[in-house]
Amino acid sequence: MIIKNVRILGGDPVDLRLHDGLIAEIGPGLTGAGETVDGGGAVVLPGLVDLHTHLREPGREDAETVQTGTQSAARGGYTAVHAMANTSPVADTAGVVEQVWRLGREHGHCDVQPVGAVTVGLEGRQLAELGAMADSAARVRVFSDDGKCVSDAVLMRRALEYVKAFDGVVAQHAQEPRLTEGAQMNEGVVSGRLGLTGWPAVAEEAIIARDCLLAAHVGSRLHVCHVSTAGSVEIIRWAKSKGWNVTAEVTPHHLLLTDDLVEDSPVGAYNPIYKVNPPLRTRADVEALRAALADGTIDVVATDHAPHPVEDKETEWSAAAMGMVGLETALSVVQEAMVDTGLLDWAGVADRMSAAPARIGRLPGHGQPLEVGAPANLTLYDPSGRTPVDPAAFASKSRNTPYEGMTLPGRVVATFLRGRATVLEGKLT
Amino acid sequence: MNRHLISAGDLAKDDALLILDTAEELARVSERSIKKLPTLRGRTVVNLFFEDSTRTRISFEAAAKRLSADVINFSAKGSSVSKGESLKDTALTLEAMGADAVVIRHGASGAPHRLATWVRGSVVNAGDGTHEHPTQALLDAFSMRRRLGGLDGRRITIVGDVLHSRVARSNVLLLATLGAEVTLVAPPTLLPVAVGTWPCEVSYDLDAVLPKSDAVMMLRVQKERMNAAYFPSEREYSRRYGLDRDRFAKMPDDAIVMHPGPMNRGMEIAAEVADSPRSTIVEQVANGVTIRMAVLYLLLGGETVA
Amino acid sequence: MSESRPESRAESRAVLEGPDIHRALTRIAHEILERTKGADEVVLLGIPTRGATLARRLGERIEQFEGVKVPVGSIDITMYRDDLRLKPARPLGHTELPPDGVDGKIVVLVDDVLYSGRTVRAALDALNDLGRPTAVQLATLVDRGHRELPIRADYVGKNLPTAKSEKVKVFLQETDGREAVLLIKEAAK
Repeated sequence: MIIKNVRILGGDPVDLRLHDGLIAEIGPGLTGAGETVDGGGAVVLPGLVDLHTHLREPGREDAETVQTGTQSAARGGYTAVHAMANTSPVADTAGVVEQVWRLGREHGHCDVQPVGAVTVGLEGRQLAELGAMADSAARVRVFSDDGKCVSDAVLMRRALEYVKAFDGVVAQHAQEPRLTEGAQMNEGVVSGRLGLTGWPAVAEEAIIARDCLLAAHVGSRLHVCHVSTAGSVEIIRWAKSKGWNVTAEVTPHHLLLTDDLVEDSPVGAYNPIYKVNPPLRTRADVEALRAALADGTIDVVATDHAPHPVEDKETEWSAAAMGMVGLETALSVVQEAMVDTGLLDWAGVADRMSAAPARIGRLPGHGQPLEVGAPANLTLYDPSGRTPVDPAAFASKSRNTPYEGMTLPGRVVATFLRGRATVLEGKLT
Repeated sequence: MNRHLISAGDLAKDDALLILDTAEELARVSERSIKKLPTLRGRTVVNLFFEDSTRTRISFEAAAKRLSADVINFSAKGSSVSKGESLKDTALTLEAMGADAVVIRHGASGAPHRLATWVRGSVVNAGDGTHEHPTQALLDAFSMRRRLGGLDGRRITIVGDVLHSRVARSNVLLLATLGAEVTLVAPPTLLPVAVGTWPCEVSYDLDAVLPKSDAVMMLRVQKERMNAAYFPSEREYSRRYGLDRDRFAKMPDDAIVMHPGPMNRGMEIAAEVADSPRSTIVEQVANGVTIRMAVLYLLLGGETVA
Repeated sequence: MSESRPESRAESRAVLEGPDIHRALTRIAHEILERTKGADEVVLLGIPTRGATLARRLGERIEQFEGVKVPVGSIDITMYRDDLRLKPARPLGHTELPPDGVDGKIVVLVDDVLYSGRTVRAALDALNDLGRPTAVQLATLVDRGHRELPIRADYVGKNLPTAKSEKVKVFLQETDGREAVLLIKEAAK
């Protein structure tokens, strides 16, 4: 297959020849037999890798399935997603992670790399069989109780130490539970006015600080999920300056949205479409997160794609589920927040959304430099133009996007998984 | 006036004064033998109460009935709501019944905002979670205006659990709109972290504020706050923030004492203070019906907003 | 009656000037005294805003003529209107009954302009909730015709033939700073 007229990381137009799942040739004016795709001058990125996706299967197939979730991922330009462990049953055994991994392979829209739970049932009491999951067909390397914090310091220390044996990493959902009992939104000016229980920044920052110190103490890798505050950025910057093995992610929504949307938005006050864990923070936090992603303090953009059925969001605020879908809007939001603002170029985007997450997740075959001989995992992205976000057009089963009605730049033109198109002309193949 | 009354902050000064002036005229109706007016004949007011609050519900019910509206009381207990029906489905049911106004009391902050997106009628917030209770603030303002002769430049002190108080939020917003100078007094644990952005002063020292107060409003303290370590003990709270006889004596001679009820006598307010002639606590209840009549009339007494 | 200014394209003509209004009220005061045989049981209730002013003036005149102090009050009819749903909710006028009330009295309702009769109908309803007079009479400064209800005035300052397209506006010193009754013809739209 030949892809005509594309710009690698936004560079000069070239053609690509794909063969046997690899990039076979790069150059101008390529010709030959077989299918030809006109790239139309699109930017080529290495296929995006999400370090933080909720596919909901098994257990909440009404919200998402491996099939619809991976279709949504492909539409968003992803060639691999890490499926979080908070399913029902919890992905805390080799059996469950293998089931998810196998479902991903069967559907084939993108690679599904299961994340294993750190503790049995995400209950924070007893380590799950981490080694068994690492040794399973799913070869799990990322472990997380995401949705819940491993708040017990001893348990966290043990987990950090234990996964060293198979080069694993613990991805911590940093949320001090006592400081966030009943918490509804960022604690600040808006929460005070709205009478919603505050979710203080310190609840995240205290855990991140503790975990950085623990990781340093035992010489382990630590990954921090969905960093949301300026203070967290400072702590991670400090830990990295010490040479400690700490990585961090930020979600697209924390790069764009702020907590005042809960009070004042086009969809009305207290609309739970903005309810998410960790909560939307302030403009100052957003600015700090963008700067940190630009300078590498934050390594990764991860979607925290969290599908919920309509009835879990069409309620009063406190009764609503937390989370937003994000796979199909991630790249556009990153363009809006980082590229169009001049903070990141397309090489930077490739690093934060493909290379770095593949490296942290120890995912072979993804996030490779776009060169001859590399796996043909590609995302073709047209950054020109702006379109209104239309949730009805999502491949995801759920519609809980905070961007409905907003206009975002760019669109994913095509996605290739090992040389095979999963998306062409913006549509699933 | 907006179509709904959800937050005291939605009321411009002219709106707030219109409600108070209307209530002033309606107060006379309560004094005469025939207390009923035909104004809202054919209109339906639904009292949708997800929390028990007999006083507030009766007050709205009396107000609606004095204006000849049909009143439907819908309480969450024993209804489909307790069987798991969502707020939205309840809203659609009320819509199908042709409710012209829904008076909602709900334990979740923001529930009236959500309801307003699902029904065509007017939504009146009768207390939502720890957010607001605008008709309480209006009746407080009405009571204060009658006793103090006006609100512009008057010094109003609100004492107690501001963090969890919908009464405090609505009062701060409304009183600021009406030109009063509000001071909040509470232990720091019971103030929102960003209270400095509110249109009021904040103090931790009740004794320093009392001599400079034209009205002191005591908020109810929920005993469960003590278990959550907001303050060490009832005794300590009462000693530092309760309005006892000695503190009452420090207030100016013509200053008044208010309480939205229900009171914890002996905790935030001493019985003899609550029963003093300078306490407005009983008239606050009577004024509640009047102010709610004014609100219902102004929301429903004119053309229906499409 | 609202005090909105005549629109620029409207044509207005004074049908009563200050002295005319003065004379009309004097005549009505005399008629009330005559008809009620000395006005002993009379209560004057004006319909806000200008009816209340006129009621006060009538009370003053009756006192001048006969030395009788007639109780004067006002009766707001807003909550009894039959056209509430046609406009946004209106501010309420003032209802102020004399201390002895209206039971057993001869109530003279006073309004500035009698037109469809609907205002008077509302006033009768409002009065019904306030007590039980022995009789109710009606005084108006201007009767412009076009009744829609079986209502007539007992005391009329001036009968003024009008077209339905015309407007009648009453200006009084206390509320408007001048004395006049204007007939306003709207220019064709």
